[in-house]
Amino acid sequence: MAWTRKDLLGLEDLSKEEIELILATADSFKEVSTREIKKVPALRGKTVVNLFYEPSTRTRVSFEVAAKRLSADVINIATETSSVKKGETLIDTGANIQALKADIIVIRHNYSGAAAVLARHVDISVVNAGDGWHEHPTQALLDIFTLKEKLGRIKGLNVSIVGDIAHSRVARSNIWGLTKLGANVTLCAPKILIPVAIEQMGVSVTNDIDSALKNADAVNVLRMQFERDEGAMFPQQLEYFKNFGITKERLQKAKKDIIVMHPGPLNRGIEIASDVADGPNSVILEQVTNGIAVRMAVLFLVGQARDTKDETTN
Amino acid sequence: MKLLIKGGRVIDPANNIDDSLDILIENSSISRVARNIKNTPNETIDASGKIIMPGLVDMHVHLREPGREDKETVRSGTRAGLKGGVTSVLAMPNTTPNIDSIEAARLLKSIIAKDALANVFIAAAITKGRLGKELTDIAKLKKQGVVAISDDGASVDSDDLMLEALKIAKRQKLLVISHCEDKRLAANGLVNLGLTSTRMGLRGISKESEYKRVQRDIHLAERAKAPLHIAHVSCSESVEIISRAKKKGIKVTTEATPHHFSLTEEAVLGYDTNMKMNPPLRSKDDIVSIRQGLKDGAIDAIASDHAPHTENEKEIEFERAEFGVIGLETELAVSITELADSGLLSWSALVEKLAANPARILGINKGTLSAGADADIIIISPDKEWVVRKEEILSKSKNSAFIGKRLKGVVEYTICAGKVVYKA
Repeated sequence: MAWTRKDLLGLEDLSKEEIELILATADSFKEVSTREIKKVPALRGKTVVNLFYEPSTRTRVSFEVAAKRLSADVINIATETSSVKKGETLIDTGANIQALKADIIVIRHNYSGAAAVLARHVDISVVNAGDGWHEHPTQALLDIFTLKEKLGRIKGLNVSIVGDIAHSRVARSNIWGLTKLGANVTLCAPKILIPVAIEQMGVSVTNDIDSALKNADAVNVLRMQFERDEGAMFPQQLEYFKNFGITKERLQKAKKDIIVMHPGPLNRGIEIASDVADGPNSVILEQVTNGIAVRMAVLFLVGQARDTKDETTN
Repeated sequence: MKLLIKGGRVIDPANNIDDSLDILIENSSISRVARNIKNTPNETIDASGKIIMPGLVDMHVHLREPGREDKETVRSGTRAGLKGGVTSVLAMPNTTPNIDSIEAARLLKSIIAKDALANVFIAAAITKGRLGKELTDIAKLKKQGVVAISDDGASVDSDDLMLEALKIAKRQKLLVISHCEDKRLAANGLVNLGLTSTRMGLRGISKESEYKRVQRDIHLAERAKAPLHIAHVSCSESVEIISRAKKKGIKVTTEATPHHFSLTEEAVLGYDTNMKMNPPLRSKDDIVSIRQGLKDGAIDAIASDHAPHTENEKEIEFERAEFGVIGLETELAVSITELADSGLLSWSALVEKLAANPARILGINKGTLSAGADADIIIISPDKEWVVRKEEILSKSKNSAFIGKRLKGVVEYTICAGKVVYKA
């Protein structure tokens, strides 16, 4: 199949085949990062703009490295240094970036749906690098890529996602991606962090961490953001670690080869114990490496889709 | 000046008429409705194949003037209404300033006298600044000619204050219109609470935030023995509560908007800000309840909740965009398409919901084709189809939830006070 979307806004929109195409493309790009000269000319002459309305180092750097390994020119715009602070709207900013003849905008925004709004108002490609609580598709793709690399398949796997599901774009993208590829997904969190009706997305929900780990082939541990002020119901850090933290003791009751993932940055001793994060089951740094291949694949595919589209309209 | 409308199907539920009749208008009023009127008018309109009905009475409209003339004005809003077949509107008081004082009411009246192209009735605020703290001078506002009071956009949280307002309104023979929303339960939500809010990663607005307030206000109205009108019901629980109250004999009426009986929450999934309104689009089950309520009489009226906003306020990130959609130009056609054409409502019932009932609820002498009534009449082609196009919208604001939709029913003539004020 051929990739035809100019944008990647979320995994909810994608078919199983489209997700598999990204994973296969990432697979072929992974080797580039092992070369002595880590560069291919796939996006030579193209300009990628990282438009970040939220502080982010790892995602921004990962996209930047990915774009550069494809030989694209990269421009980083962070809100602190841009005219956004002067009150420019997202749509105006998008129009200006388009007028600079950029080819792809990678957007991170604190509002859910911001990437969709931008994509509707520009003709160039938009890649969602995380919008509010909505989606973070490349993170989920790199999680899935890593899982597949480790376990050889996704279909039939038991994957548990633990942590603040309610406010997590990583969780939502993982749920869409994993369920489309046939995994069994279990969510585990304190009740207040489970959003309403999420079972209707085809997942199981539990408040018991041991049962979430029991048959899991992999556990994806979400970052707890205690800076959120959600009122008295929000769990305290120590209490959270006691009830939901991923510890060595808990893993001993799980499958021996259970894969432990985390999107980073880590809160050691809060959602994950240090000896687990650094232990034999952890693939956290491999996720970072795979993130580059996955983002290369996404940038390449959306860039190519636009080229094809331009040819047909000319 | 005599105008004769010949050969159309006249639908006037207030007089139990659905028949092929002629209508003779003399000056500003209807002089006769009868078969084969022989008269020598100054002008004749051939309405064969058309439906003739009273002009719509839209009891929920935000004209935005005074204060936000960039969104809409009395002139632009009434012009848009005429195109949509609306000859009377109730202007909501959440303007700048709010219509919460004699001075503000006078100001609005002077604008209406100068600029209105249709009948504009005024709803004043229940509380000063619509802040829910202190009642307005309801008796004096009544003397200014307001026909209802409402804090629309906000709900009066205090039970005592709301009860007091209902008691005074009853003495003053004024209607209280309640925007039922417990903001604490609505929790800064943006879309329907449930799978939709979860999928979109947005805070949800629970149905509870609406129906609990519906329940409270009905209870207070019962205690005050005062009539109460519930604005824009959006969920099945509210319809159920209102239906039960009516059966108990409580004087409660309600309205539904075209978007709430025709669009589900699915429409908002692409973060289209033209699908963002309050109350939000709800589930399929809620739509079924609202339609059923329109059919069985639990819901009395159709009103647009016409809420114009500029592109600057709408063409932005979903979370920042204003709530609300326009509706004056599409409410008749959406109602025909969704309710009459589908056979859910008879044409008579449809005209009741759009004209006769809202006029009766407001206690205004509109919504009928009785001899002697003001000649506010529309002539429509019920089967003619059209597509809603942004560039054809007359309202100053273009935030319609129906852009791109194919609808049935075109207004050919709008007659207001005996004059043809709009012609397709």
